[in-house]
Amino acid sequence: MRDALGRLQRVVVVGGTSAIARAAMARWARERRGLEVTLLARPGARREEAAAELTALAAKVECVDLDAEADLEAQRARIEAAFDGGGDVDLVLVALGALGDQEQAWQDPAAALRLVDVNARAPIFVGVIAAERLRRQGHGALVLLSSVAGERVRRSNFAYGATKAAADDFYRGLAQALAPDGVHVMVVRPGFVRTPMTEGLDEAPLAQDPADVAEDIDAGLAAGASVIWSPATMRVVMAGLKSLPAPIFRRLPI
Amino acid sequence: MAKVVPASSDEQLVEAVQSAGTRGVLARGLGRSYGDAAQNAGGVVLDLLGRDRVLAVDEATGVIEVEAGISLDRLMRDFVPQGWFVPVTPGTRAVTVGGAIGSDIHGKNHHRAGTWTQHVRSLDLLTGTGEIRTLTPDDELFWACAGGMGLTGVILRARVALTPIESAFCTVDTQRCANLDGLLEAMADDDDHEFSVAWVDCLAKGEALGRSVLTRGRFARRDELPEKKQADPLAFNPRTPFTAPRGIPTGLLNKYSVAAFNEAWFRKAPARRDEEIQSITTFFHPLDAVADWNRIYGSGGLLQYQVVVPEGAEDVIRSCIDAFSHAGVASFLAVLKRFGPANRGHLSFPMGGWTLALDVPASVAGLADLLDRLDEQVLAVGGRGYLAKDSRMTPELVRAMYPALPRWQELRDEVDPNHVFQSDLARRLKL
Repeated sequence: MRDALGRLQRVVVVGGTSAIARAAMARWARERRGLEVTLLARPGARREEAAAELTALAAKVECVDLDAEADLEAQRARIEAAFDGGGDVDLVLVALGALGDQEQAWQDPAAALRLVDVNARAPIFVGVIAAERLRRQGHGALVLLSSVAGERVRRSNFAYGATKAAADDFYRGLAQALAPDGVHVMVVRPGFVRTPMTEGLDEAPLAQDPADVAEDIDAGLAAGASVIWSPATMRVVMAGLKSLPAPIFRRLPI
Repeated sequence: MAKVVPASSDEQLVEAVQSAGTRGVLARGLGRSYGDAAQNAGGVVLDLLGRDRVLAVDEATGVIEVEAGISLDRLMRDFVPQGWFVPVTPGTRAVTVGGAIGSDIHGKNHHRAGTWTQHVRSLDLLTGTGEIRTLTPDDELFWACAGGMGLTGVILRARVALTPIESAFCTVDTQRCANLDGLLEAMADDDDHEFSVAWVDCLAKGEALGRSVLTRGRFARRDELPEKKQADPLAFNPRTPFTAPRGIPTGLLNKYSVAAFNEAWFRKAPARRDEEIQSITTFFHPLDAVADWNRIYGSGGLLQYQVVVPEGAEDVIRSCIDAFSHAGVASFLAVLKRFGPANRGHLSFPMGGWTLALDVPASVAGLADLLDRLDEQVLAVGGRGYLAKDSRMTPELVRAMYPALPRWQELRDEVDPNHVFQSDLARRLKL
């Protein structure tokens, strides 16, 4: 159970090797000694590294295999067991995401569908499983790492943006569906974050680090927000971009 | 979210327990626990308030049999005019008899009278298997219920011994103490006083650290009352409480405003005044004068920190007060009290020594770490925190603070093998 100071006791993190997820988990582990973390991610060096970082912060970590690009139904029992194997889950963080090669992604059907799998299909699949459990326990938070890229798709990364938008919409609907049961669903839309996923890309304005996003996530959780932008000024930027007439928007170098 | 079900008959409660789902059931009284003790997310909360009848009264001995949903407020309204007072009262009358046992509450007379459950002659418990058992202090299970946070079952009825009084007034001695040493010294002869409690200004520093006002008293005899009151010495009719204004911004309550308040309060207290006649409400229930008083802490809410340390560990109390004073935590007054010996309750909070309690606005920066550090000091001297007020301890800490917890769990498992009785507190602390 989350305590009166908002400290989490048990979290399940899906896509637990993402840089933002790691920053968030480290924050929670520092806040509360003995935080219980279930990490669903592809086995390998990155997952081990993430687990080791948390163990060093006195968290109790359990790793569960998840491959967002493989057959999800075949992994369902394992995912469900990950939720059920412990006490109440205070928070589920869904941090699955792949950027891919944006030019390839709109010209190669397989590459396009890979983004659908990782950014939309798997987050929605896991979201449904998590929602059912949080609803039953009558409390908890479900957090999706979305992106500002999905708010209005643009030429440079619409394959990524469109798939992110699908999950973003689904979770905002979940927020309404789960509210009567005391479950808090929050969609997080970071701007440009300096992570391995964006390595090599030119930094966009308002770029920030994973720890900044983690801090914004905690603030959003405390405030009970349903959508947060990180940094918060991104909200205004995106509102401006969204309201631009298409002929002007098309000419922007973004 | 939980489903709240009003409780009616014993049969209905048995049925509710036997048909409990995986998230279990929990009996709830007036819900004044500060933390998550009376919450059961995803499960069923049985609202016992409708079960508030007085079933029997022995006018010779003052032993009454009541349903557990009756409040201490009702008991006082009914029995003070007849010359009986509750054996123990906390700082509020908004507590049910079931809650008083489940939290094993204490009051200003703990050093002489012990806890509430020590005045319970027997109780009826609905167990997790749907059985109704009558328990007396000779049963170990009786003591598992004392401070058992409702997790041993639903307390249906209790037989409680009231205390005879001659008037509805107390004679109170007030004494200002310049600092903690002065206070501890003044409290050395506590045993000569029926009731005793000190209010400590947690914002005072240096030489004045722990400056406080000690009030001690006893019920007044009829002949001690002013003549006007002697005609009806047992009149007890507390006003309907008024309400704290809504929407007070959190910022109003900061270390400056609170320091000013505490200063004024300390100056107002007499250096020493003896045998002042005060009403029951003035002396025992200052909080009840303002309904929803907790709202002055603003939307960030408050949490209460209460710990006890054994006799001889006064330094830890000093260290706590010092830590709050340095952190500039905008707490109104803290309460310091000397406890008498512990009872047999496995999870009962009081133990011989000193208890310190204070409200802290939850929005204070660095609060979590500060309280964690204090917990460690308390644990190191064999002290503990109060489950009824807790909202932030961890399973490991509680296990270390309550060495009888494993035995309590064995007893609980016998009467509730499937853990039908659940609460958010139980989940958080893995009780």
